[in-house]
Amino acid sequence: MSVNWSKYSAPMAFYPLAGRLIPWFACVAVALMGVGLYMGFFVAPTDFQQGEAYRIIFVHVPAAWMSMFLYVVMAVWAGIGLGLNARLSFMMAQAIAPTGAMFTFLALLTGAMWGKPTWGAWWVWDARLTSELILLFQYAGVMLLRTSIDDMRRADRSSAVFALVGVVNVPIIYFSVQWWNTLHQGASVSMSTGSKMAATMLTAMLLMTLAFWLYSVAVILSRVRCIIVERESLPVWEEEPPVIQKVAEVR
Amino acid sequence: MQWGSVSEFFAMGGYGLYVWTSFVVTALCMVWEVLALWRRRAAARVEHRAMLLGGSNETAA
Amino acid sequence: MSRSSMWEAVGGIVRRDLLLAMRRRSDAAMSVFFLVIVVSLFPLGVGPEPAVLRTIGPGVLWVAALLACLLSLARVFTADYVDGTLEQMVLVPQPLAVLVVGKVFAHWVISGLPIVLLSPLLGLQFGLSGESLGVLVMSLLLGTPTLSMIGTIGAALVLGVRGSGLLVALLVLPLYVPVLIFGAGAVTGSMAGIGAEANLSLLGACLVLSLFLAPWATAAALRIALE
Repeated sequence: MSVNWSKYSAPMAFYPLAGRLIPWFACVAVALMGVGLYMGFFVAPTDFQQGEAYRIIFVHVPAAWMSMFLYVVMAVWAGIGLGLNARLSFMMAQAIAPTGAMFTFLALLTGAMWGKPTWGAWWVWDARLTSELILLFQYAGVMLLRTSIDDMRRADRSSAVFALVGVVNVPIIYFSVQWWNTLHQGASVSMSTGSKMAATMLTAMLLMTLAFWLYSVAVILSRVRCIIVERESLPVWEEEPPVIQKVAEVR
Repeated sequence: MQWGSVSEFFAMGGYGLYVWTSFVVTALCMVWEVLALWRRRAAARVEHRAMLLGGSNETAA
Repeated sequence: MSRSSMWEAVGGIVRRDLLLAMRRRSDAAMSVFFLVIVVSLFPLGVGPEPAVLRTIGPGVLWVAALLACLLSLARVFTADYVDGTLEQMVLVPQPLAVLVVGKVFAHWVISGLPIVLLSPLLGLQFGLSGESLGVLVMSLLLGTPTLSMIGTIGAALVLGVRGSGLLVALLVLPLYVPVLIFGAGAVTGSMAGIGAEANLSLLGACLVLSLFLAPWATAAALRIALE
């Protein structure tokens, strides 16, 4: 078994596997998103405290969860890459960063959209919002560090070290801002919705989260494929038309 | 189902601007990401093909 | 290898770095001047209202200390990188992470300690009371070594990279956030009568955590940079 799987740790072997998996993940993601949106807009009842504004959480919470989850996954790949010196792991880490940053941005934006009608302010220095902002900076740091280093091997490894350092930082920031808010009583805002979530609301949120997760997998796999083509010098690309493959083989 | 009419659905109980901005921007980001990947893949493909056939145009001509 | 040889190596690094800094005193003085100027700009921008200045004082002083520390980071490894000393450091039998602690300590003595010593004077500009000044010094004493610890990770990561000055700021500043919160919080807490002990002990915890983790990360980053 283990032999079969380790075969896919080589970018060349992983490339076709990823290609076969992407359509499945994408289709299921679209289907789940459809069901989730239907549940969120037509089945879930109106929240008696927040009115219809609460429906923003059907994108906000999944985006926020994905942003943090993807950072951890990126750091895990970075760690595996550093530990086992595996090229594919670094490529995975490289592929995850843009999607993670996008979800972080979306979590911040939809958070502001939710905060304005609910709290009366676009932005509050709450622990979650602040950690999310710092997370965005760290995603930016990982990506900028990578693009600033020309040597690919060093770019991989340096951004991996930074990603791992950041994984320690985010929980500390979350804790410190929470602590800081208890000090500044005036600024503290309770983020809890106060009311129990109806079961349908929770179902819709979980469906959307699952959809975002599968979407991320599909997008990240296809980005990894792009990275493999850009970085590895493939002898013959199986997806090329046969004519080109023949010409390439003759040469 | 709690919506009496289509306009009621789009109004979102007065929070339409906030709710729809959130959903539309999220959708746009995702669509943009997929399109960007598509373009990146096409560019990589062109480059790869040029590498495979490197200089074949000259020999053919 | 024996424990004493390890200490000797670290001591040697600290002595050498301090000696080099003594020869180029203007380098160290520059970040101190930067701190003084930045801190002095705030009252001019915000207005001379004593109550306002007292409220923003701890935060301004801490942010300025953070920026001053950041400015000096480029110097930690660049000279050693250029003249090849760093490659020797990687090759010696003593673990690189331990040698890094020596580099960090020297960096702190050169750029962190002057900030700590100068801070009461700057605190007076913002009308901080005697007790708050004491807490400010304590918080900087505990916090600036952590800043040096975290900062050297960034300095090692961007070693020899183009545009490294700006890049190191983008990498390191997010990592400085907890220290800033606890540090400024300690002073604010003492001013508000809540007491500073909790914040100071959290700063101490940050220092211990960074002491255990940062040298390894810096050593890894240095090895990557020198490959």
